[in-house]
Amino acid sequence: MNIHFEKRKTLSRKALVLVPLVSLAASFVLTGLILILFGANPFATYGAMLKGAFGSWRAWTETLVKAIPLMLTGLGVSVAFRLKFWNIGAEGQLTVAGVATAWVAIFWSPWLPAGLLLPVAVLVGAAAGALWAGVPALLKTSLKVDETLVTLMLNYVAILFSEFLYYGPWRDPKGFGFPGTAPFPDAAWLPRIAGRAHAGLYVALVAALLLWVVLNRTKWGFELSIIGNSQRAARYQGIAVERNVVLAVLLSGALCGLAGSFEVTGISHRLQQGLSIGYGYTAIIVAWMAQLNPLAIVPVALLMAGLLVGGDQVQMVMGLPAAMGLVLQGMILFPMLAGSLFAEYRVKVYKNPAKAAESRAPGGA
Amino acid sequence: MELITSILAIALRAGTSLVYATIGETYTERAGILNLGLEGIMLMGAVCSFATAYYTGSIVLAILVALAVGAAMAAIHAFLTITMRANQVVSGLSITLFGSGFASFLGQRLGPESNNHRLVGLVGPRLKPENLPWLSDIPVLGALFEQDILTYALYVLIPLAWFYLYKTRNGLNLRAIGEDPQTADAMGVDVFKAKFLYTIAGGALVALGGAQLSLSYTPGWSENITGGRGWIVIALVIFSMWNPARAIWGALLFGGINAIQFRLQASGTTIPAGFLNMLPYLTTILVLVAMTFWESLSKRIGAPAALGNAYMREEK
Amino acid sequence: MFAGSGSGGAARRPRPASFGKVRIAVMKDREGHAPTGGTTEAARAACAPEEAPGGRLVEMRGIRKSFPGVQASDGVDLRLDRGEVLALLGENGAGKSTLMNILVGLYRADAGEILVRGERASIGSPRDASALGIGMVHQNFMLVDTMTVAENVVLGIRDLPFVPDMAAAKREILRLSECYNLKVDPDAYIWQLSVGEQQRVEILKLLYRKAEILVLDEPTAVLTPAESEELNAVVKRMKGEGKAAVFITHKMEEVMSFSDRVMVLRKGKVVAEKATSDTDPKDLARLMVGREILFRVEKGPFKPGAKVLELRGVSAIDERGLPALRGLDLELRSGEILGIAGVAGNGQRELAEVVTGLRPVTAGSISINCVDTTGKSPLEIIKSGVAHIPQDRNQVGAVGDMSVASNLAMKGYRARPLSAGAILLPGKMRELAKRLIDLFKIATPSPETRIKFLSGGNIQKAILAREIGACTSLLVAVYPSRGLDIGATESVRKELVAERDRGLAVLLVSEDIEELISVADTVAVLFEGRVMGLFPAAEADPEKIGALMAGMRERGEETTP
Repeated sequence: MNIHFEKRKTLSRKALVLVPLVSLAASFVLTGLILILFGANPFATYGAMLKGAFGSWRAWTETLVKAIPLMLTGLGVSVAFRLKFWNIGAEGQLTVAGVATAWVAIFWSPWLPAGLLLPVAVLVGAAAGALWAGVPALLKTSLKVDETLVTLMLNYVAILFSEFLYYGPWRDPKGFGFPGTAPFPDAAWLPRIAGRAHAGLYVALVAALLLWVVLNRTKWGFELSIIGNSQRAARYQGIAVERNVVLAVLLSGALCGLAGSFEVTGISHRLQQGLSIGYGYTAIIVAWMAQLNPLAIVPVALLMAGLLVGGDQVQMVMGLPAAMGLVLQGMILFPMLAGSLFAEYRVKVYKNPAKAAESRAPGGA
Repeated sequence: MELITSILAIALRAGTSLVYATIGETYTERAGILNLGLEGIMLMGAVCSFATAYYTGSIVLAILVALAVGAAMAAIHAFLTITMRANQVVSGLSITLFGSGFASFLGQRLGPESNNHRLVGLVGPRLKPENLPWLSDIPVLGALFEQDILTYALYVLIPLAWFYLYKTRNGLNLRAIGEDPQTADAMGVDVFKAKFLYTIAGGALVALGGAQLSLSYTPGWSENITGGRGWIVIALVIFSMWNPARAIWGALLFGGINAIQFRLQASGTTIPAGFLNMLPYLTTILVLVAMTFWESLSKRIGAPAALGNAYMREEK
Repeated sequence: MFAGSGSGGAARRPRPASFGKVRIAVMKDREGHAPTGGTTEAARAACAPEEAPGGRLVEMRGIRKSFPGVQASDGVDLRLDRGEVLALLGENGAGKSTLMNILVGLYRADAGEILVRGERASIGSPRDASALGIGMVHQNFMLVDTMTVAENVVLGIRDLPFVPDMAAAKREILRLSECYNLKVDPDAYIWQLSVGEQQRVEILKLLYRKAEILVLDEPTAVLTPAESEELNAVVKRMKGEGKAAVFITHKMEEVMSFSDRVMVLRKGKVVAEKATSDTDPKDLARLMVGREILFRVEKGPFKPGAKVLELRGVSAIDERGLPALRGLDLELRSGEILGIAGVAGNGQRELAEVVTGLRPVTAGSISINCVDTTGKSPLEIIKSGVAHIPQDRNQVGAVGDMSVASNLAMKGYRARPLSAGAILLPGKMRELAKRLIDLFKIATPSPETRIKFLSGGNIQKAILAREIGACTSLLVAVYPSRGLDIGATESVRKELVAERDRGLAVLLVSEDIEELISVADTVAVLFEGRVMGLFPAAEADPEKIGALMAGMRERGEETTP
């Protein structure tokens, strides 16, 4: 038997929808096998996860709490990925934004009118995220430095820097040695909708919609598609490639930054340990599963958040490690990555035995 | 003098896991595959080898298990990126996600019932440093010979890895694949097999780096025992410019930062540890920038030009 | 003929056994072949050539291969005897390269069989082919940039020892390069070599592997006439040693000067097979396209108008930082087609790029319609009415993964009717696409099809349709008919002439002398970034242009830059 890949003339729409769904199912089956191996009942576990994530009003709000940063970082990552700018620095951009927001919330509050404190803090946070993404963008466009590695490295710089601040100079003197800043003034608290779910949700939803319009229905979006497909073609069409790549990556960083700003103003109300818990990496998975489509990012982020919340719930209810959620997330990706090929390619299987004998070459392996 | 000796000794111990992983990833990247799954693979190597050592008492077996686990995880990456042509960044990240999640899961399920199924806090067999006669008495450099077997093995592995890459037929093929897979293929080099092989072998070495942590450097299992070393390794591969012989310098330097940090803290210096820890990452960015400044430099180094690109033969 | 190999024999002895084996095998082969070759000649004279046993090197029978939407090989039979050069002639897309890629194991045939030296061979990979003594010089060289000549030569050799003896390999390379007059430094890195030198390395690679069956894929496309002659000499010498070569080409003159026998392919089928001596270019051209070629393009009288483009002392550097244009002076008027001739790599691409603003000039000035455009951005130049058909139509001219409709909108999307303010109007884009598809007869399943699935000719038509629509004064066309079949070539040429008759200025870069003479009004020859000659196309003859392209102002006299 001999397998061949042939490129499809048009993307298979069926495969585009089917692949993520099948991947999801495969992930649950594979993780189920692991659960059985460790003596846990997969059905009961998944049941508990589902209940933990979506089973009650409170569960929904907790899922939303995690879905909001995933949506925003997912949107941010997808903008950059569309340009084939592999921004894996969402985590760092989120962290830096958290730091900048905390800076405004704590140190500007004495003189900034209370009504302005929150919007300014959030905007400064987004700007910080944009700048943090801007560094690799500039290095890439001016010197062709590989952005994958630079964005990755900058995550650690950002995280270490934030740790330095809340362990060091910004540590709350009244915090009993707890690593974290003093709580923000009330004026810097993001209003909550229900439970801990905050108004960042509205921003995320509007951002998804706006981004879809920008990417699909504007001249700038059209230019970005051209750049993303072939920079040489874009340059030839008179499009300022470097400037637009930098702009798009700034937008990407700003969206990721919003996630960080909302985390500190909406959830923790201070800068502390636990700001960087991997949303920026999960965002890449969210963006990928959503095929970089802003509208699809919303449900995918909800699903991923559900897995995380469900994982925590499973730990409390069944004593299974919360890391289950991570295992499930990782597991979804494997079949998903394998499956994305089917949207692009048609698979041909030859059963001609004579040819199989001939094909010792690995080309079709 | 004694200070230098002790810093060297600590740096070497701290750097050993980095060297294994760096050599592993160097080979993988030379084959044109970027594996960002290192953190997950190291964690899996650490947890599986510790559990093996704890239950069987055999360190040799523990090391073999780590190698096998690393190979298996890298095989997933190889299958996804080579056969299925998936995006290498995303595939690598999902390996890390899955690996760190699963390692954490195992750390809470593989332990004995007496410890609530947890591995954390258990004491198992560990590798002990052994002085080599005469050699360990050399001033300063004697520190190189007060190590355990995994570090000594490096003294053989590093030159071998260098020789293999630059002086053998397979090394020639490997360099060709990373630079220009089309050409390598047309010249009769089995590109797909080699990519698989070096991705898997690289993963095995990376997991061995993880095992060194739980068997020797910080014996036992703790959550996130690697402390981001998987990411440092990505930096080190670049820092050593894809040359296994240079892996030792980067690892020593960054192992040394750890060592110096302890010293500084002990002597009450005010340089915050966080800033020292940033050094590896910042240095890597500088190396990346320098390489683009002098392009002929990167040609001479042989930085794998096709790194990150999926290769396919029959497309029209 | 083998004087060189005799003296090399002594030096060969002390080498390691495993490596020596290969080398000695080379020796035996050489010494063994000379007489065999002779007897084959004798046998050929005695009996019918088809039945000469041992003379037949390769036989391909009923080869079929399809790609999505294309039957690239449709039951092809091919034979190749010792001591002969077979030319595979056909338009682009006729299936020449596909057939040869099957022979060298890069593609696998869907059906058919291959016999090598009379035995059924299964060639699943280039390595299998190499073991059978089959080697190919590809159009895009198969050389690893960051490795040395010697490393490239030994790369992938079957019996290469685990630790190769590079010193011995270098000696052998030097011996071969002396023997065949292919000078090259074995320690040089490929990225340091010129294109001609790189081709020498490619041939050395095959000689080193003692390949007997050489496949050359359009080898002269990148060579100067002198280098082509050199290549011809090497091939003749190998032929004399009982080796055989297959020569892929679409140039008639090359068939005549290089080959003994010619096979003409059209749409994956063999349409003719003849001894070269029994045919002539005109006959071959007819066979190739299936009808007489229009060697002349109908065009109106030459009525040049106002000056449109003016270059004064323009210099520019290429990607490697080397001078690509050296003080160029050119003028182009409306209603004129200025043809730029030259061997690829003498500054043509850079010329087109400086005019369109894609490449900065290091000295001199450019003005379009009497406005200085030196240093202006590509967008500003586009807006001044300049259109550009780029050399690389798949990566630059068109965006493969975007739809035909999007590709057709890539110039007009900035303004009404395709957009209103910042907002794009997809409905209007589709309308425009439908109109242009009809007007230019672009064969596409739908406007939504990704453009990379169209044939080269149809992609070019789409680019042409878009660019002509945007052009109001100057059209820069770089190799617009390269790789197109005769039909598409004709329509591209007609379109260019129509634009000129409409009063536009056309800067036409081409390597096809025939095309320049028939389409252009004025011809300028570029050599090493300088204009070697400028004359009305009516006074140009291919030989004169050819000499100028090679850097010779007059026969035999070479200019030194």
